[in-house]
Parts: sequence; C-alpha cells; structure tokens
Amino acid sequence: METFEPVIVAFCCHYCAYTAADMAGTLRIPYPSNVKIVRVPCTGKVDMIHLLKAFEKGADGVYVAGCLEGDCHFKNGNLRAARRVREAKKLLAAVGLEGERLEMVHLSAGMGERFAETAREMTEKIRRLGPSPIRTAKEKQVP
Amino acid sequence: MKTDSVLEKVLRSGKLAVTSECGPPRGVGPEKIRQKAEYLRGYVDAVNITDNQTAMVRMSSFAAGLIIRQMGMHPILQMVTRDRNRLAMQSDIIGAYTHGINTMLCLSGDHPHFGDHPMAMAVHDLDSIQFIQMVRKMRDEGKFQGGADIENPPKMFIGAAANPFADPFELRVARLAKKIAAGADFIQTQCIYNIEKFEKWMEGVRDRGLHEKCFILAGVTPLKSVGMARYMKNKVPGMDVPQEIVDRMAGVPKDKQAEEGIRICVETIERLKEVKGVAGFHIMAIEWEQKVPEIVERAGLYPRPNLG
Amino acid sequence: MITAERKPLEEIIEFIRPYQRILLVGCNECVTVCAAGGRKEVGILSSLLQMTFLRQGKNLQIREHTLERQCDPEYVEELTPMMEGVEAVLSMACGCGVQEVSRRFKDKPVFPAVNTKFMGASERQGVWAERCAGCGDCLLGITGGICPIARCSKQLMNGPCGGSSGGKCEVGPEVDCAWQLIWDRLKALGMEKRFEEIIPAKDWRPARAAGPRKIIREDLAE
Repeated sequence: METFEPVIVAFCCHYCAYTAADMAGTLRIPYPSNVKIVRVPCTGKVDMIHLLKAFEKGADGVYVAGCLEGDCHFKNGNLRAARRVREAKKLLAAVGLEGERLEMVHLSAGMGERFAETAREMTEKIRRLGPSPIRTAKEKQVP
Repeated sequence: MKTDSVLEKVLRSGKLAVTSECGPPRGVGPEKIRQKAEYLRGYVDAVNITDNQTAMVRMSSFAAGLIIRQMGMHPILQMVTRDRNRLAMQSDIIGAYTHGINTMLCLSGDHPHFGDHPMAMAVHDLDSIQFIQMVRKMRDEGKFQGGADIENPPKMFIGAAANPFADPFELRVARLAKKIAAGADFIQTQCIYNIEKFEKWMEGVRDRGLHEKCFILAGVTPLKSVGMARYMKNKVPGMDVPQEIVDRMAGVPKDKQAEEGIRICVETIERLKEVKGVAGFHIMAIEWEQKVPEIVERAGLYPRPNLG
Repeated sequence: MITAERKPLEEIIEFIRPYQRILLVGCNECVTVCAAGGRKEVGILSSLLQMTFLRQGKNLQIREHTLERQCDPEYVEELTPMMEGVEAVLSMACGCGVQEVSRRFKDKPVFPAVNTKFMGASERQGVWAERCAGCGDCLLGITGGICPIARCSKQLMNGPCGGSSGGKCEVGPEVDCAWQLIWDRLKALGMEKRFEEIIPAKDWRPARAAGPRKIIREDLAE
C-alpha cells in the first residue's frame, strides 16, 4: 500500500509568513513539498469561501499563516483570519471534516526555521489523520 | 366607599389592614387551598390568590378564589396581563364579581422565562397601568374598555403592586403616582427587609400626598433560613436584603433560624407601624401560611375587626 | 433591516435530499448586511452542500445566483431563464423573498435556507439587535427614541416593571431594561415630565391584530 501523501494548502501573508518561507528557502531548510503556498497580501484577505473551496477541491489540510499578534502590517487582518478559521472549523465539522485539518498559525518574517517546522508538523499530522473524506469521495467518482 | 370590599371597609375605618397570600396548587382539587386559607381565617382581612406565579401553571386564581369565597373568606383576585388579553380579563372580572369576588390586584406578571413554559407566547395586550385604567372604567363609568356599556358593572376594589427596591430607584415614586392616577385604590409592596430604603421611598410618597390618595400595605415575608435570605438577596431581581439581615440569620444555629426569621418579621412590622402613610401589612409566607397567625398576634394586629 | 441566520446544515440537507439540480438564490439587501444570505453566503452554503453530497456519493448540481432583492417581482423575474431543469429552489432571502420566489415559480418547490429573525440595527460589527416590532403606530416620539414594544420583554408601555435590576431586564443580563434606557434618554432631553403621562391601552389593529397587513398607495398603484 502506498503511503498517503497529503495535499496541504498554506495561505501565507506576504509580509510575514511568505517572507519566512522565502527565508527557509534561502537558508536551505527543507520542508515537505506537500505544502502548496498561496501568497496573499494579508491573511485578512482569506475568506471563508477560500478555506472551504480548498477542501472541496480535495485538499487534505489547510493552514493560514499570518503575522504574530500585534504585528500585522494591516493592523488586525491576522486576528480576523483567526476568527474566520475558528468559524470555518465549525462549518467543516458539519460536513464531517475533522477540525484539526484546518489551523491558524502566527509567525514573523525572520522565522524561516519555524516556517519549515510548521510545514513538517502539519504534513505529519494530516498524514496520520488520513486523506480527507472529500478527496476520497472525489477519487471514487466516476468521471 | 367605592365598593363592598371588606378590605376597603377596614382601610377606610383607619385601622391597619392585614392581608396575606395563598398559592393555588399545581393540580386539581380544593383541599390544598382550603388548608392554606384555613390557617389564615380570622387573622387576615383578605387573602391574595396568586395568578400562575413565577410563570408556573397553577389552578387559576379565579377558581381558587371561588373556593376561598365559598369558605366565607375574602379573596383578592390577582390577575396578570401576561396570560390573557383584554377580552378575557374583562370576562373573568365580570365572572369573579358575580361570584362575590370584589377585590383584585392588577399586575404584569413574571416573564415566562422563569416558569415551566418558557416556550409560551406572553400576551401583554395591556400593561398593569392600562389594566388598572380598564378596571376603573368598568367600575366608575360602567363601560367596557372598548366603550360599550356593561349591563351590571362590577365594582372592584382595585389594587396594584409597588416595588420600592427595584431599579431605577428614582422612578419608583413616579411609578406609584402613575398607578394611582390610573385608578389604584390600594397598593401592596414587595417584601421589605431594608427599612431605611422603604422609609426613603415613603418620604417621596408622602411629599406628593400619594399616601392619602391610595392605601399602602407594606409587604413582609418571614425568612425560614439563612439559605433563603441569601437566595433572595442574590437571585431575585428587585429584592433588597441587607447584609445585616443575612448575618443575623447566619449567626443563629440552623434549628433556630426559622424562629429568628419570624422575630425579624415581627420587628419589621413594629418598625413599619411607625412609618407615616403605611395603612396595613401584606404578609407573604409562601408555603408557610401556618406561621401567619403567630406573626399577626405577636405584631399586635389580632383580633381583626369584624366588618365583613 | 431584517435580520436572519442560516438554518442548521442538517435541516437544509433534508430539504434538498430528493433533488439533483437546485438553484441557490441569495439576496443583496438585508441578508447580505447581516452576513446570512448574500453572495458570499451563497458560495459558502454551496460549497458545504457539495462536500456533503460528495461524501454521500451523490452528485448535486447547484446553480448559484444572487438577486438585488427577492421581495420585488421585477427582480425575481430575472430567475426565469435559470429555472430550466431546476428541480428545487433554495432561497437564502428572508421569508418575504422566499414567498415571492415561490409565488412566481409555482411549479418549483422553494425552501428557506435561513431563519428570518427580527427587524433590527447593527450595534457593532457582527452584532445585530432587535429594534422594531412593526406595530404600525410608532410611538418613538414619546419614549425618547427607544421602542418599548420591541425592546421591553413584556412590551410595557408604562414601565419599568419590578424586575428591572441594574439597568437590565429580569430575563437576563444580556437584555437592557428598555424603560431604564427610555428614562435615561428622557432625562438627557429634559423631558422627565413625560414619564408620568400614561400611555393608554394600545390599539393593536395596525400591528397585525386585524390580520395580515397591506399598504396600497393610490398614487403609485396602477
């Protein structure tokens, strides 16, 4: 049996998380290619529909990476994102998706190592959870 | 005299009146209400019959009031606007009066949230003040609220409730004034533990001459235990129980607390007798009606005048 | 505006379970403002329904559309070309909109996706509170701009009752005592004397006691 390779979408804000991802790259700190980064100007731009659509299209896990509290370039976009992530977890639960598949993380632009670590942790967590029931259902669908 | 009410007779004679209260049962049968009322016979001038108190369904105050009347005692029919519209209220008033019930208390009623049917729709077609206006119109003009003539108008002696301890305090005299302007003949207050606050309210009442337009019966309730004192202090909105009272109850061993509660009640009545404008007492001893005779006697209010 | 909240997902799923092709219609007015049934919420509900039915091995075709308003027949008419092949309509509008769509498309079952709540205003972002009961005979001019019918738990017109405590209603600390608010306003306006004027018994006919209400404007109706 093949090991399941999770598909993880990471919404990263330009000012902190994406820069941290960049730094991980520059410092040659490896992180799993399971994590697909989507750059956003601020995590406050990430709306409920983006989170849901990621799962609808078959992602096994999603996380939103924004600035540390108090450091958001747009003042409180990261706090709004955190609220939305909390709400989205409830919606996903109604559909039968485990809450841990979606997370909010906070880091600063200089935290390249932390970025890679988060990516690894999330990948392993989702690997243990198994494929998303949505992904499984999609793969079963007769085209 | 506006009515044939015995309570009115006692009040107008200048003597201190005494009323008490009975809660009807949560089921069928006259025995419980008869038993409670029998404790009070001879010790009170009239007895309030509560109306689905705390929004818990009980035998209707009308039905229970009938039983009291048939016992030869004098019921005060409590009616809340929460449970019936103006048609039903006027209908019940005519019916009750026909059966010899001539004294009533007009109230809004506790919110259904407190009771056993929080899912029910509260009516409140009228509020308590509009209700008082309606009953006065029935009596003094012989007309229904809608304007038509009543064949034989009921002559109710009209009562209302007043709470000197509810918020905001600055409005409590004005609210009494409103009820009196609407037509209230007598008032029963919420039970008094904070005598200073009550005296302050009475000052405001006397300043406006309201005590001469309306008879004010001071409410008292004997405490059974320190637990009851604490509950009333912390959990009941519009209730003011000073810490000294709680401490006094706590300072006495458990098996002596009921006695202490009665003692405090009697002392309260004695102090309230000194307050100018107090026309009588409303003793609320819920599920403890058997203690009312003792309280009435020790407070020097026995025997009751035989005017009815 | 009229406020609403999305129905529990399980309830909505039961409505549309028998169908394969549905039209999911939002409304750009009140339900958009209270984030219950606008374009965004249509997208969210659509995604949730797709995921649910995917898991059940069922293919559900959802057509999404948001009208400017669902309570005007001219806008509802815009749905006509989209109805081809649609088996059922799921409307995220308030009860008024759901009924207008239902009236126009008599052969399609129309289901409400939200529970219409109350007429209210925004207290702050994300919080809406009841303000108006639609009593048909507005008395805000004599109560300092606070409505006792909508905001007093007992709709007292001569309040407060004896349960008012610390400015809060006896029902609970989340509910302001409307009469405390009214009194504070009257004081601030120097209109304390108004408090003792008795507001007489209300005629409830303008409020619905005479049956479902209608307004006919002679100058506007053809």
